[in-house]
Amino acid sequence: MRDVAIIGAGCTKFGEMWDRSFRDIVVEAGTLAVEDAKLSGEEIEAMYVGNMSGGQFVNQEHIGSLVADFAGFASTMHIPSTRVEAACASGGLALRSAVMAVASGYHDVVVAAGVEKMTDVETGVTVDALASAADREWEGFMGATFPALYAMVARLHMHRYGTTRDQLAQVAVKNHHNAMGNPRAQFRNEITLDTVKNASMVADPLTLFDCSPITDGAAAVIVVPADQAKKYTDTPVYVLGAGQATDTISLHNRADFCTFGASVAAGKRAYEMAKVTPKDIDLCEVHDCFTIAEIVAIEDLGFFKKGQGGPATLAGETAMGGKIPINTSGGLKACGHPVGATGIKQAVECVEQLRGTAGKRQVAGAKIAMTHNVGGTGGTAVCHIFSNERRK
Amino acid sequence: MKLGISAYGAYVPRYRIKVDEIAKVWGDDADDYKNGLMVMEKSVPDMDEDTATISVEAARNALLRGADPKKIGAIYVGSESHPYAVKPTATIVAAAIGAGPKMTASDFEFACKAGTAAIQACMGVVAAGIAETAMAIGADTSQGAPGDALEYTAAAGGAALVISKTDHIAVINHTCSYTTDTPDFWRREGADYPRHGGRFTGDPGYFKHVLSASKMMLESQGTKPGDYDYAVFHQPNGKFPTRAAHTLGFTKEQIKQGLTCPKMGNTYSGASMVGLSAVLDVAKPGDRIFVTSFGSGAGSDSFDITVTDRITEVQDLAPKTWDYIKDAKYIDYAIYAKHKGKINVDH
Repeated sequence: MRDVAIIGAGCTKFGEMWDRSFRDIVVEAGTLAVEDAKLSGEEIEAMYVGNMSGGQFVNQEHIGSLVADFAGFASTMHIPSTRVEAACASGGLALRSAVMAVASGYHDVVVAAGVEKMTDVETGVTVDALASAADREWEGFMGATFPALYAMVARLHMHRYGTTRDQLAQVAVKNHHNAMGNPRAQFRNEITLDTVKNASMVADPLTLFDCSPITDGAAAVIVVPADQAKKYTDTPVYVLGAGQATDTISLHNRADFCTFGASVAAGKRAYEMAKVTPKDIDLCEVHDCFTIAEIVAIEDLGFFKKGQGGPATLAGETAMGGKIPINTSGGLKACGHPVGATGIKQAVECVEQLRGTAGKRQVAGAKIAMTHNVGGTGGTAVCHIFSNERRK
Repeated sequence: MKLGISAYGAYVPRYRIKVDEIAKVWGDDADDYKNGLMVMEKSVPDMDEDTATISVEAARNALLRGADPKKIGAIYVGSESHPYAVKPTATIVAAAIGAGPKMTASDFEFACKAGTAAIQACMGVVAAGIAETAMAIGADTSQGAPGDALEYTAAAGGAALVISKTDHIAVINHTCSYTTDTPDFWRREGADYPRHGGRFTGDPGYFKHVLSASKMMLESQGTKPGDYDYAVFHQPNGKFPTRAAHTLGFTKEQIKQGLTCPKMGNTYSGASMVGLSAVLDVAKPGDRIFVTSFGSGAGSDSFDITVTDRITEVQDLAPKTWDYIKDAKYIDYAIYAKHKGKINVDH
């Protein structure tokens, strides 16, 4: 198996892009990544596109062909292009698929992209489309939406570990603060604990500001064999580890939902492959679709003991300059959450941090960065570990 | 040749329902709507009030302020709730106020800006010499589906302006419009209630058009927001016009008098014109008024208006807008449902 490196990364602005279409944004992200890699389009051999629900959001399936076509790789090059789907983990899974394609030797230059256009339908349609990431028969038909499911996680976590309303709110406050340094972020405004606590209730205890938004956006990275990376760039970012895992799709079939088994397993597999431990990670982009999700994630990935995620967050240990900066991009909460694009955006953030080009949100001296991308309430989790130094 | 307003009148039905009462029925958080929309209560028509009767009341108030029905050569009524799909409201108004039959009349529809589109059409027929004076009306018994966010604001009311070459109480210095094909809010033929694009009605709808038309006006007139004594922006809620004013550089003091929506809701085609009427009620000779309407679909009409000396002669001749708004009789949701025809009594 060959080592793999990322040589180019691109990401659109995240937000409500009323005047742009699905294909516009994914082609923009891909073009940015190709330009960043100083690549010629003819060198691209294959493409994996993470997309959760083009069918429900824009009535478009057959995403692989569509994206290859409008990227200009279909009609003459006829490259293989594959859409991958694992709900909100579709982006992370697209990257893992691209990494495997290169590692296996099948292809040398592969694009991993993620895209979602969520604002072309009414909010109710969006909410229902997102609910298809849960168990439709046993959760969806019973009226459970994602805020409701994550609210149950929050309630149990609060009950068992004493996690507080302020600790949850601090996740949103921190991520909004981080987004101030990210020109691509959907929300670039400071908020306070009171902003979160006084916002409209969505699913007790989660208010509007505990929830990630509905977002349009796309991101792309280019992966090549590590041995060839320096041919394209002086600053390749190496993929040290990749882990993917599943758990029961429904929350009620878990023995415990204060921990997401898929996150633990995917993290463990990525750590083992990268031969690093949580202590070695300089920054991590975790899947904060709700504030409680970030607290559960930083515990499941081993940065904090179970039950300590909340106090650590309130104490600033996950803030810029803290023990382990979490979601320097602003996370799903403030950078935005175009569901199929999020996993790739997390990788783009890690690439910029490891190149030292993250500007105001730069983690000084970052050497190892990690992503954690979750589908549904943890039915799928995908983790990647990156470094600006090649595996020894 | 100067074109201007020679008479005006407004009308707002007496009944009100509070946001709290509607929120109680739907299990919503009333404070969310009151803070989010900046609307406290809305006007409700009586059982036998509709766009035709509201238009007639507003037109009669314009007559009280000196308009001569025999000199009216055109009546255009803008509304989203004309009582008939086919058969004009404008002819009902004409007959009721003693205008015509040697005149033209028509109904207009351009979502919430049909009233200001009617003003521009009146300016056209008067300038062309087709009519000596012309009456533009914007009125609605606005529709909002039960439980929809629109239900918190969809109100009833209207205003009438008479456009002429002489006897001005206010001169219209200039009007300009900004129009695109933007589907932010619509009601299909035969549908009882409009549908809308949620947040899409904001930036790409209301703000794009209101700000564009307003900037066009300021540029063409070479004016700054500070040159105006009053400003009125279409008011689907209290928040949008407040934000539009702030973005353009108008102050809260400039928009306060015409900002009627927080206390009476959104009268759709009547909303900008009711706001303008409220300003004309108190304006002094020489005051300058900035008005920009908005209609979904979408477009904005902007007006630069200067009040003349004659304003003081007519202000007290008919009921004033804020007096109508303050004369409120509160009803509960059941009575409101009966008034709005939401209870089916065809049995």
